[in-house]
Amino acid sequence: MLNIKNLHVKLEEEDKQILKGVNLFLEPGKVHAIMGPNGSGKSTLSYVLSGKGGYEVTDGSAQLEGVDILDMEAEERAAAGLFLAFQYPVEIPGVGNMTFLRTAVNAQRKLRGEEEMSAGEFLKVVRAKAKDLKIDADMLKRPVNVGFSGGEKKRNEILQMAMLEPKMCILDETDSGLDVDAMKLVAQGVNALRDDKRTFLVITHYQRLLDHIKPDVVHIMANGRIIKTGGPELALEVENNGYADLLEEVA
Amino acid sequence: MAMDDIQVKDGVDAETVEAVKALSGTYKYGWNTEIEMEYAPKGLSEDIVRLISSKNDEPEWMLDWRLAAYRRWLELIEPDWAMVDYPTIDFQDQYYYARPKSMEEKPKSLDEVDPKLLETYKKLGIPLKEQALLAGVEAPEGERRVAVDAVFDSVSVGTTFKAELRKAGVIFCSISEAIREHPELVRKYLGSVVPVSDNYYATLNSAVFSDGSFVYIPPGVRCPMELSTYFRINAENTGQFERTLIIADKDSYVSYLEGCTAPQRDVAQLHAAVVELVLLDDAEIKYSTVQNWFPGDENGKGGIYNFVTKRADCRGDRSKVMWTQVETGSAVTWKYPSCVLRGDDSQGEFYSIAIANNMQQADTGTKMVHLGKNTKSRIVSKGISAGKAQNTYRGLVSMHPKAKNSRNYTQCDSLLIGDKCGAHTVPYIEVKNNSSRVEHEATTSKVDDDQLFYCRSRGMDEEEAVALVVNGFCKEVLQALPMEFAMEAQALVAISLEGSVG
Repeated sequence: MLNIKNLHVKLEEEDKQILKGVNLFLEPGKVHAIMGPNGSGKSTLSYVLSGKGGYEVTDGSAQLEGVDILDMEAEERAAAGLFLAFQYPVEIPGVGNMTFLRTAVNAQRKLRGEEEMSAGEFLKVVRAKAKDLKIDADMLKRPVNVGFSGGEKKRNEILQMAMLEPKMCILDETDSGLDVDAMKLVAQGVNALRDDKRTFLVITHYQRLLDHIKPDVVHIMANGRIIKTGGPELALEVENNGYADLLEEVA
Repeated sequence: MAMDDIQVKDGVDAETVEAVKALSGTYKYGWNTEIEMEYAPKGLSEDIVRLISSKNDEPEWMLDWRLAAYRRWLELIEPDWAMVDYPTIDFQDQYYYARPKSMEEKPKSLDEVDPKLLETYKKLGIPLKEQALLAGVEAPEGERRVAVDAVFDSVSVGTTFKAELRKAGVIFCSISEAIREHPELVRKYLGSVVPVSDNYYATLNSAVFSDGSFVYIPPGVRCPMELSTYFRINAENTGQFERTLIIADKDSYVSYLEGCTAPQRDVAQLHAAVVELVLLDDAEIKYSTVQNWFPGDENGKGGIYNFVTKRADCRGDRSKVMWTQVETGSAVTWKYPSCVLRGDDSQGEFYSIAIANNMQQADTGTKMVHLGKNTKSRIVSKGISAGKAQNTYRGLVSMHPKAKNSRNYTQCDSLLIGDKCGAHTVPYIEVKNNSSRVEHEATTSKVDDDQLFYCRSRGMDEEEAVALVVNGFCKEVLQALPMEFAMEAQALVAISLEGSVG
């Protein structure tokens, strides 16, 4: 699904290398987790993959289903099936959540040369999916993320993901700022979207999210590289011992 | 934000230039109608004033009024306090009267109007046909009927639904017709809100106005449909000086819409209009404008100089006026739709979206003059600047000694796109009694890169993303517009900002 080779990335405005040769191969239908200490480059990886400005790729490649994505515009990557659930979803005052969702769904359809979803059909689909995530009608009407609690923001990200039906989902610290109940709800939403084709890349600091979203593969990232790859047990190891041992191991 | 000392980041400059280049040609209404025109000789003199008056078959009193205005104008000096900069206007190098030859014989009905003119309005999306509806065919659900007065350069070419409105007692016609047919109303109210001596451009307008719209709503009548005037400047080097007078008698209601466009030309053109609204006891007027004059090209060449005086006089107790404006066009805008809240418990509202892109300059706002007791006013202004444009909000809130227990709320928000534009807010507040309350809130923000990226990561392209964010910013004002205008305005916001981000 997603094939990242030797990815080197620096900041556009200063001479600071952040990713120093990341290699990742994510198969269809699998859930990969990336864990790592602060400043290891996890969020940068998610931003670079989804096309945020301010970064410069100095070497390497990233392919989504065999197609290079690094030269594509952010919206083209979205239409190709890439989705990023933000760590800090942005507020857009004055724009109704529903309007935003519908604009996004139809913008992607347009880019793919498909017909727009009718208002009636859209309403039906969005209501059903919102219900699963315990998002009420009021939250659909309110301006995007404005005045949303931490949990509401993250649930809203998952709702967008459910509506856009991406092939490749990147979740950037979706558990941050959530209490246990909210985390369970978000995890349920994610698990409901799991199937044998859709791939997930779950970025997190903590093992606890992975109790709810069970990964197939766990990677440890440090200093701009993947330093270790293993099964779910690797996450537990980190939880118990911290990153220090692992970092020493590779040093 | 100062105009000069703005730091431009490396790389932005070239991108902005590219973006701005991409913009040329996006003005949708820049085409021109090839039609044989009749002009008054170039320049301004008493003879021209007399000529305009005689072209309109005006009575003596009207000519005298115009001549007095002209003589007054000669003594006035053009105001220069607005934050706009434009070359000196040579008032002798303009045509003050231009009408299609085919309008020499006044058409008695719409069927007699030159097909070329009808075609022009059709192309602009303004229906000047009412046959289908008159024949009793039901309008499609949700589609409201709107009566239109179409003004082409100096003359009104036709007014729809006149007969049906007449049945309700509503008079809706061109101002030239009103001067001939309803002199008692015109004499009583013309110049009573915006006096001849009001300001330089209003005085000029009083001398040379050629046409415009006239509305009278009798006591107790709720106008059965929305009224609108559509102004089109077509001729070159021609100024448009229209005059609109709306009188809402006791306990009446009308919603009035105004639209404007002009062809894309290299030479700037002058538009100096006067709009007067009179409200008697318990009357209500909603006046909405979508102003889309040609804004000039990306280098600031051409475009309309829009110097407009609009004022509502809430003479009657409990009367209520609401101005809503979406200003996207014009090279230079100088416009302050105002409310004189004379009647006790009268209310004035002003909702404005002003967009300035490229080299456009806008100095716009409102005046709320509270004279009566318990009067209320509300101002919501949204200014959007992009390219190298300068956008100024200038507003006055004045509470006079007798305006006890009056209230004003002002909200003034500016949005900047890019880093070469400017937003300025100049509020004047005068309070001369101690029981009134004035509130003023103002914000200035930039279109946030994170917001744009968020939208784009969901599949919207850059322009869709900007339009969405900006429409969100303007939402309170868009909501104040009549339905069909709101849709148009929303689309216009997107078009006006095309290519505004690098």
